[in-house]
Amino acid sequence: MNGLAGDLGAIVGERHVRVARAERATYAMDGLPTHRRLPDVVVLPGTREEVIAVVRLLAAHGAAMVPRGAGTGLSGGALAGEGAVLVVLTRLNRIVRVDPQNRLAVVEPGVVNARLSAAARPHGLHYAPDPSSQTACTIGGNVAENAGGPHCLKYGVTANHILALEVVLANGRTVELGSPGGEPGGGGPDLVGLFVGSEGNFGIATRITVRLTPLPRAVRTLLADFMSLRTAGEGVSAIIAAGIVPAALEMMDQSCIQAVEDSVYAAGYPRDAAAVLLVELDGHDGAAVTAEADGVTALLKQAGARSIRTAADEAERERLWQGRKKAFGAMGRLSRDLVVQDAVVPRSALPDVLETIAGIAARHRLVVSNVFHAGDGNLHPNISFDATDDDLRARVEQASGEIMAACIAAGGTITGEHGVGLDKLRYMPLVFDAESLGAMHAVRRVFDPHERVNPGKVVPVHACREWARVRSAGWGVRSISGDSAPRTPHAALSRIP
Amino acid sequence: MTIVEKVRALLGEGAVLEEGTDRVPRIAPGSPDAVALLLGTAHQEGWRVRIEGAGTWLQSDAPADLALTTRRLDRIPAIEPQDLTATAEAGIGLDQLRQQLADRGAWLGVDPPGLAGRTLGSVVASATAGPLRQGFGPVKDHLLGVTFVTGDGRMVQSGGRVMKNVAGYDLTRLQAGGFGAFGVVVLVHLRLRALPRADVTHLLEGSREDLTQCAEDIAAAGLTPAALELISPALARRERWVLAVRLAGSPALVAADETGLGAATGGGGRFTPLRAEEAHAFWMRHAEGFAVRPVTFRLGAVPAASDEMLDLLQHQVGDEWVSASPAVGAIRWTGEATIDRLHRLRRTLAGLEVPLTLERAPWPVRTAVGHFGAYREGVGPLVAGLRRTFDPGNALVVATDSE
Repeated sequence: MNGLAGDLGAIVGERHVRVARAERATYAMDGLPTHRRLPDVVVLPGTREEVIAVVRLLAAHGAAMVPRGAGTGLSGGALAGEGAVLVVLTRLNRIVRVDPQNRLAVVEPGVVNARLSAAARPHGLHYAPDPSSQTACTIGGNVAENAGGPHCLKYGVTANHILALEVVLANGRTVELGSPGGEPGGGGPDLVGLFVGSEGNFGIATRITVRLTPLPRAVRTLLADFMSLRTAGEGVSAIIAAGIVPAALEMMDQSCIQAVEDSVYAAGYPRDAAAVLLVELDGHDGAAVTAEADGVTALLKQAGARSIRTAADEAERERLWQGRKKAFGAMGRLSRDLVVQDAVVPRSALPDVLETIAGIAARHRLVVSNVFHAGDGNLHPNISFDATDDDLRARVEQASGEIMAACIAAGGTITGEHGVGLDKLRYMPLVFDAESLGAMHAVRRVFDPHERVNPGKVVPVHACREWARVRSAGWGVRSISGDSAPRTPHAALSRIP
Repeated sequence: MTIVEKVRALLGEGAVLEEGTDRVPRIAPGSPDAVALLLGTAHQEGWRVRIEGAGTWLQSDAPADLALTTRRLDRIPAIEPQDLTATAEAGIGLDQLRQQLADRGAWLGVDPPGLAGRTLGSVVASATAGPLRQGFGPVKDHLLGVTFVTGDGRMVQSGGRVMKNVAGYDLTRLQAGGFGAFGVVVLVHLRLRALPRADVTHLLEGSREDLTQCAEDIAAAGLTPAALELISPALARRERWVLAVRLAGSPALVAADETGLGAATGGGGRFTPLRAEEAHAFWMRHAEGFAVRPVTFRLGAVPAASDEMLDLLQHQVGDEWVSASPAVGAIRWTGEATIDRLHRLRRTLAGLEVPLTLERAPWPVRTAVGHFGAYREGVGPLVAGLRRTFDPGNALVVATDSE
């Protein structure tokens, strides 16, 4: 790799290439403490031209590469192992253009999420997807993971806000996908939608056109506390079933509440509550938002809320939100390591699934704290542990698997916003059959035939049905459920005269 | 042995419908598995297959050995009002789906052009959103997942039944607006909304210029209409251009928007509300208007360019039958247009970064112009690779790109 590092240095400048072990170790993990991989070389291009040159050089060498943003991911998705070059994109951090008239912005991938919203704010706009890590995570990373956030309940996830992309493919060629108006058209089918959430497997986005959303003129933020997780979950179901779409509908359980209240992020959550719901309603008309807030209040009381508090001013609202957004940090008080899990269930299944998770935690003698996007049914069971304790690690792994299985059994899935990365690879066959995994693998090879970009992530190749060859004639045997359809083996056709 | 005889042997007598006027056998598989079996066979036998729904939107004229119609895939396996999700087969008519959802207090925020019985699969495959795109987004935003069958008979699942899902690549988005080039959608998981407790439509007639300004004022005032549609006189069946505003949601929100609307005027005129049955008839006629004339296409511009696009259409193909959502930049046109004219228009628009997607047209026009037209540099090989992946034998007759 020494020769390659030298060539990379010639493109980006020597100081933007990391080869010393201590320097590379900085990039050996992301936000998930259970995976660690040391990249061979780390390169930090500063312009799109440098990205293209780097990718072309790596293509010429046949070297694997892993794109990375701020490294705040929670699935081990942006880790590069032996033989791979980590391409860190944080220096591509320019906001190219904010177009308030058309409510869009063009940014480079290394722009930090919160910085984009700050730039749009003077125009009365913001970038709606707001992951908890928004003060650090980058738009490029958000695109790769199809990131969510509390306010995605009303405003949608990253995929709903990406209009167009300039992408550098594995071979170093660039393509433009989508259009500023959001219609795929000349870009063909919706390749933007396909690219978003592809976890870096399809190439590197070097320019991203995002939709900006008007800032709401009226906001009401409520904090409701409950004496059981079940009643809190039922409160969530009541709001959704009533057709009210809050801007955000977040839940925290007692373990999480106490961690927050013991920390510098203390928000005034009632310590003895089994759960709190943070509900935010917004809109352009104060009276209408107040009327909706009154409706939510009534529904939550009916569901068993012990008390409901309304943020009196912006300062109180920010305090309530700080507790929620910094909850993961606050949990650092509980133990030295934290696995932030991510799964989604139908919203009506929340009460049952939360009880199941509590049972799994008790059975494995683990501390599991729940802080999550209840309105979307997007759970984040957080398991506190000490990674130096092998027995504890094994129990965490076992419990994580059981939690995933419980969510799938409830009709859910294994990740709602953190991605598959390395961490969820083993669960993919639980939600997709071999044929569907094979299709994903085949799509990946359209973009990256040699599978050099972020290898070994997202699709567990060993579990795929092979799509490269024509299937055997006997494959066509299927269960036909139609009223008049016989069960005819596909191969039998050849015997029909 | 003929194709029909082989299909009868495979799927049973009930799957073979009467031939259309073009003498192409019409096959209606009764289950997703039967679709897979049929397409697997077509792939092996080298049959060319055109995909149809209810036959009310895209012309049934593509040359093929057989037509696969999804009309017998008309079940709704699940409606979950508490979760606001539903699972429906692709051949269900939207009118039937809407009715069943309404019976459970649920609503799909999609109002595509075409007749009321147009199938769900047709709407997904062509991604034809209607005026409700203003408030509820494009078709893809209403999809939680799909199951589709590839051109060689493989059944592929994408997404799921929950609100958020990033497990694996989003093949659902590839299918939404893929016009069937990447497979036949057989099952759709939908994101629903609660049936709006208030749903009102207000109309304002005036000059295009005045109404455009009025639409801008409404957007700038922060109102949140479900639809904000500028409609040509012929399409609206009125003397002058019409700005139609639909407000749907909770009574409090709708009342607030109605108050805001009261302050908006266009050339001195005032909005007038429609009675519920009038509003229903107005939007139904609007949707049906796009299924009558031979060619329909849509443009995707930025909002600020909407007026310029309407000028361009007026100059190049006329603006008799046109409807625009100026606040989102979406414009739909219908009428008669030659291949040359469409090519010229698309070239002009490409220079302005505005894609033209051909939604429906007779086969000779479709195949010459393509749903998408010429791809940007580098995109063509990706689309071709995806087509090879999902239809390796080129069994599916779809005119995606231009000749």
